[in-house]
Amino acid sequence: MARAELSADTLRLDAGRAVDEIAERLRDAVYKDLRRRGAVVGLSGGVDSSLVAHLCAHAFGPERVLGVLMPEGESAPDTLDLSRVSAEAAGVETVVEDITELLRAAGCYQRRDAAIRTVLPEYGEGWKAKIVLPSLLGGSRYSLFTVVAESPEGERREARLTATAYREVVAATNFKQRVRKMLEYYHADRLDYAVVGTPNRLEYDQGFFVKNGDGSADVKPIAHLYKTQVYQLAEEVGVPAVIRERPPTTDTYALEQSQEEFYFSVPFDKLDLCLYARNQGLPAEEAAAATGLDVELVERVYEDIERKRRGAEYLHAPPLLVAELDRRT
Amino acid sequence: MTSPETIEQEVRQFLKDNFPLSADGIDLGGEDSLIEVGVIDSTGVLELIGFIEERYEVEIADEEVLPENLDSIANITRFVGEKTAGSNGAG
Repeated sequence: MARAELSADTLRLDAGRAVDEIAERLRDAVYKDLRRRGAVVGLSGGVDSSLVAHLCAHAFGPERVLGVLMPEGESAPDTLDLSRVSAEAAGVETVVEDITELLRAAGCYQRRDAAIRTVLPEYGEGWKAKIVLPSLLGGSRYSLFTVVAESPEGERREARLTATAYREVVAATNFKQRVRKMLEYYHADRLDYAVVGTPNRLEYDQGFFVKNGDGSADVKPIAHLYKTQVYQLAEEVGVPAVIRERPPTTDTYALEQSQEEFYFSVPFDKLDLCLYARNQGLPAEEAAAATGLDVELVERVYEDIERKRRGAEYLHAPPLLVAELDRRT
Repeated sequence: MTSPETIEQEVRQFLKDNFPLSADGIDLGGEDSLIEVGVIDSTGVLELIGFIEERYEVEIADEEVLPENLDSIANITRFVGEKTAGSNGAG
């Protein structure tokens, strides 16, 4: 039988069935494998965590799910409201943990700002910044991490980061994801719940997460779903439209930053199809026809996928032992 | 002006000192792609730029950050040679 041509429809799921299968696997994982009695989900107001909260409510009943809302001083203004909207729609209880003071105590902001000032000396009080990775769509240049900063008067400045500054900015901002995970585990331990992670397939496969931060969880129920499938299931389970229609954001930097700007460089619906095509061993020509991208660009996306996978190996690696443990059970 | 042989030797030493994979016995050919072989990643490119700017006292513009200038030892040697030609350079 001839294989159907690759298109956006290729990734369409039988949504009702997919939701039931995930819920069943979640119950098995949490009750049988992990022996915990419910789920903690960190809610960001984004579509991934909203879908996970709904799936958990479906799997365990909303009374066995706790949504943790963890805004900080630089979160987008609508983050908290959207997180509440998604928790309400899922019917789950929430707690709010403002992490600003914890971050300040860890030196998150101060260390990051000092690193930015090494390339942008004028950056100071009242400025906002984000890190941007120029789009792969822009030509054959290497993608270089750039800091974009905005003064209190609204003036924008840009500077290429040095390797040291880049690493220091990332290391400091990673406190945000790690502090959030620490609080999720606090509530999980207190309630004897499991921490349910929210990465989708693009994030999980390509390493768009912080090790021991948002990359940490006891179970990751949507790590096999392409982002377009996340949207499809989100609609199926009733995630409110206001969340489904919001563009994906990292909500990590003070200046609004899309995931595309920071990490993926190509719109996620096109990246979904490229990743799928790559996984199926389809030629770049077929992915190009399905996405409307040039063949040459798809080949670069393929290379980028492999490069990010290599980078993600470290993020996925558990602690390595130098010798096998011999023990009987 | 630094000779191409010296540039190549210094670039090889820089890679060996800073990127564990290249230090670990990979015999890099002059034309091998540093990214494809897995010696450097996008942060590594920033590091390489920093090394070239500091060592050879040149400024690399964003438009020059291209694989044809930076993705192999041969390309880097040629690029640095061109950047330092006509200036006193370093070394």
